[in-house]
Amino acid sequence: MNYLSDGLVWLNDPLNWINPGGLLDRLREHLVICAWAVLMGCLVGWPLGIWLGHRGKGGGPVVVLANLTLAIPTLALLTILPLTPLGFGQLPVVVALTVFAVPPLLANAYTGVREVDPGIRDAARGMGLSGGQLLRQVELPLAVPYLAAGLRTAAVQVVATAALAAFVNGGGLGQVISAGFGIGMSNGGGGQIVAGGLVVAALALTVEAVLAGVQWLVTPRGLRTRARPGASTVV
Amino acid sequence: MLAVPADARPGNPWFSWTYVHENADTILEKLAFHAGLTARAVLIALVVAVPLAVVAYWWRPLTAPILALSSVLYTIPSLALLALVAPAVGTTRDLSVLIALVLYALLVLVRNTLAGLVQVPGPVRDAAAGMGYGRLSRLWRIELPLALPALLTGLRLATVSTVALVTIGAMIGNGGLGDLILGGFNHNFYRAEIITGTVLCVVLALLLDLLLAGLGWLLTPWTRGRRS
Repeated sequence: MNYLSDGLVWLNDPLNWINPGGLLDRLREHLVICAWAVLMGCLVGWPLGIWLGHRGKGGGPVVVLANLTLAIPTLALLTILPLTPLGFGQLPVVVALTVFAVPPLLANAYTGVREVDPGIRDAARGMGLSGGQLLRQVELPLAVPYLAAGLRTAAVQVVATAALAAFVNGGGLGQVISAGFGIGMSNGGGGQIVAGGLVVAALALTVEAVLAGVQWLVTPRGLRTRARPGASTVV
Repeated sequence: MLAVPADARPGNPWFSWTYVHENADTILEKLAFHAGLTARAVLIALVVAVPLAVVAYWWRPLTAPILALSSVLYTIPSLALLALVAPAVGTTRDLSVLIALVLYALLVLVRNTLAGLVQVPGPVRDAAAGMGYGRLSRLWRIELPLALPALLTGLRLATVSTVALVTIGAMIGNGGLGDLILGGFNHNFYRAEIITGTVLCVVLALLLDLLLAGLGWLLTPWTRGRRS
């Protein structure tokens, strides 16, 4: 409890928020990195997942392969990418986070399009819709709840994982925690570590709550009682 | 931002047998620590999770709160959790890492075990009750075996993600193979050390996953015919 109150004291000092490299700076970095990673994840995961689902073949192995990325430690990817031609800075961090955003986006998009009732699909064909029209007018609207669920899982995962970027000086809120460990427990680092932990956890929970609301809004009324497909993972 | 590595030339290969050979002792020690910490975390989580899932299953009003709590806790980033646990427990021991690991594995296991128990068909439960099974013997002889596939899925998921999560402990110098990964990064970007740690991590995760898959195959003979 002592450390917890140290953390609250640290959070109550305005200087810790507005200093260069303070909480506000780190929060902005964190959000920018996450936004790029989720955006790139959507650009890769959604078209691929939707196409595989529409095609109906060959999606299984891709989804399994995407889930295998769970076994790769985030730390490893964050450490390895800067040593490749990507170089240092925020680019490798964004790429690493994109790798973690793609599996839930891909898997949910694939399942969403795949789960469309074959009867509905046949009816649309019978009405003379072409493959492209079927996708745009029938399959995609019905897959929206799944797409939203995938986005939520991916976004929360990215926000949580982005804290690890601090290991390689990639910026973000994890840097506050990492700096705290750098100072050391006995030199007052403990309070800063706890404060950083609280802020990162609060941000993750906020993002989760906001996106859960968005997901509820975009889900058609008739589908709202259904459980959210896909499970979230945090590494 | 860090400086570009000065020795990013052929002198710093990604794979190096010389490195592995010369540091075999350290690598094996880290690997053993990693595997041991994973095993301890998953076993403790299993021992706590199954009774908790049974409690949530028997007292239905508790189901929703327990599931909601577990998914909320699960969104808390691992680094944040470690940051909250480590100052209270101390950073010199591996206990802080262990607590964080157990919490994550626990959530996955409770969720999956409960899902497995809930999907036991009503008629099966009624038949068991009709045959005179009490609540406890019904749980032990019928419901838990039927929930076993779901439990094992959760166990595999928990194990694989725990292997990956152990590396976060490198933050406080108790990360097993994560120490190699972060160590290589700090030792002037020594690529062979990073890759060795990473590859061993992935191999360990896959081996444990296969082991559990095999265990599941042995424990649930009745599902074999239905595999596609």
